[in-house]
Amino acid sequence: MWPSAPPASPSIRHAPARRQWKEAGLAYLFLLPSALILGAFGFLPLLNALALSFRDWRLSPGGFVGFANYTKALAPASEFWQSLGVTGYYVLGTVPATLALGYLLAELLHSRIRGLAFYRSLFFLPYIVSPVAAAAVWRWILHPSFGIATSAVSPLGLEPQWLREEAGVFALAAQGLHVTLPAWAAGPSVALVCIIAVTIWHNLGFAVVVLLAGLAAVPTDLTDAARLDGARGWRLMRQVKLPLLSPTLFFLTVIFTIRAFQTFTQIYVLSIDHRGGPAYTTRNVTLYIYQCFNDFQARLGAGYGCAVAMLLFLIVLGLTLLQFRVLGSRVHYQ
Amino acid sequence: MPTSLSLRRRWAAGLAAHLALGVAGLLVAFPFLWMVLGSIKTGEEASAIPPALLPAVPQWRNYVDAWTSAPFPSYFLNSAVVAVSVTVLVVLSALLAGYAFGLLEFPGKSLLFVLYLATLMIPFEVVLIPNFLLINQLGWHNTYRAMIVPWGASAFSVFLVTQTYRALPRDFFEAAQLDGSGHWQFLWTVAAPLARPALATAGLFAFLGSWNSLLWPLLVTQNDRLRPIEVGLLYFLEAEGPRPHLLMAASTLAMIPILVLFFLAQRTFIEGVSAGVKG
Repeated sequence: MWPSAPPASPSIRHAPARRQWKEAGLAYLFLLPSALILGAFGFLPLLNALALSFRDWRLSPGGFVGFANYTKALAPASEFWQSLGVTGYYVLGTVPATLALGYLLAELLHSRIRGLAFYRSLFFLPYIVSPVAAAAVWRWILHPSFGIATSAVSPLGLEPQWLREEAGVFALAAQGLHVTLPAWAAGPSVALVCIIAVTIWHNLGFAVVVLLAGLAAVPTDLTDAARLDGARGWRLMRQVKLPLLSPTLFFLTVIFTIRAFQTFTQIYVLSIDHRGGPAYTTRNVTLYIYQCFNDFQARLGAGYGCAVAMLLFLIVLGLTLLQFRVLGSRVHYQ
Repeated sequence: MPTSLSLRRRWAAGLAAHLALGVAGLLVAFPFLWMVLGSIKTGEEASAIPPALLPAVPQWRNYVDAWTSAPFPSYFLNSAVVAVSVTVLVVLSALLAGYAFGLLEFPGKSLLFVLYLATLMIPFEVVLIPNFLLINQLGWHNTYRAMIVPWGASAFSVFLVTQTYRALPRDFFEAAQLDGSGHWQFLWTVAAPLARPALATAGLFAFLGSWNSLLWPLLVTQNDRLRPIEVGLLYFLEAEGPRPHLLMAASTLAMIPILVLFFLAQRTFIEGVSAGVKG
């Protein structure tokens, strides 16, 4: 009989240890699938990219070249700087406008029970639909001859080339005033501004939904108290509502900035030749990395592409830390 | 008459708000309307200058023509296979890992959790090239596996599930342990149903991300046999340049699955995005 019933006292003494050991084993087993995938396609490639960025890898794997890829990217007036300029315009053009418009719409929708769900869903639609299909529609709307946007402005005597126009918007505006601007002040091309506008259309719903959730979390007693004290309109918004909403606005600023720096699809599908045209005025850094890698003449190659990617990563990381320091310190948490 | 004045003022403010919302809504909705209208015009109507606003006779045939002029059934099937597989993998791996992080004790737990969250910081453009090389080394180029496996786990989903379990009262779990039911049984009968909202959010965004992804499938597919709808549509757009009515019909078709999903799961979408504020 005793074999089936082991001695009681040692089992009790060992039970906790054995149970802990079993629990840990089970935990590692449960973590295995996700750890394998995140390790193999997240951490490992990060290290590989760093190693690759110090190698020459064009048509075939080549040797160690030190910082040559980095110095090539950072040389004065290089393609990297040019693409970083496009990225800069894109970030500055999309992030503040999306936040401002999103806040305005959320404020208009907030506390309006009727129509809220309808508008929220409507604004959110562009965010989820196929980017390629959406780009097809926009390219047709912005077609230089039979686009409806072209027909809409042609009574004004305009013949815009939209996504095909490489001239900078500041240069065009100055031209209207008979002033010639230096090349560096030409501003983003008309094509890039069109892409920025479509991006705002795409991201607006995300901002509205998040800001509505933020507004719903603002306690009404604080705004009511401020109203009783005579705060109205602009002052109520600036001194009471915006501080209360600052965690949400901060979250959106950081998320949108990082995403804008990394955007590929939005720009690739709208860029007229899918190569950052016209005249590379819509080629941002991510598109450039893709080209390094897809470069058939192997002029740039994978090693150089990884160096550019690392530079972009460092820029985004530095900027995010800066945002946390500068903006984060002004965020009011309740 | 202060009351009637302020009433009238509020009425005017309400009207202005509705007007502003209406204009914004119309601007946002316009591309969708224009696409659907364009999809039922004739080729001449679609490329007239100035464009015809409405088709004289709705050309429903455009949908048949678009559907048959490229291997769309195969594109949709590929997207469905890839997106459903990614969703299943993400949900399962997040459930298991979330259970481990949220309910089990083991050495190295907090370090591993931080490492998981750190993967959220890794930008895709940095790992793009090494991952492509890795896929080639594994011999996975131009396979479903290449489109599925790298996206089969998401640290954000693990985080969502972990948070759900951490919010549970401790004794709730210990009671089940004393009950004699093992972890495996407890996971499926109690823990998984409890995490359903988090798993729904994780699954929905995994599906959406996979269905709408372009860059990765563009790199790892080589022919129509494996191309998902986004890549297939892109090639179709390139090839069909001058026939906007067919492009609009194809674009409408490409949008339908996600639109259906959105209207079925609207609340999960909205709550999933709103969760970003609290998280």
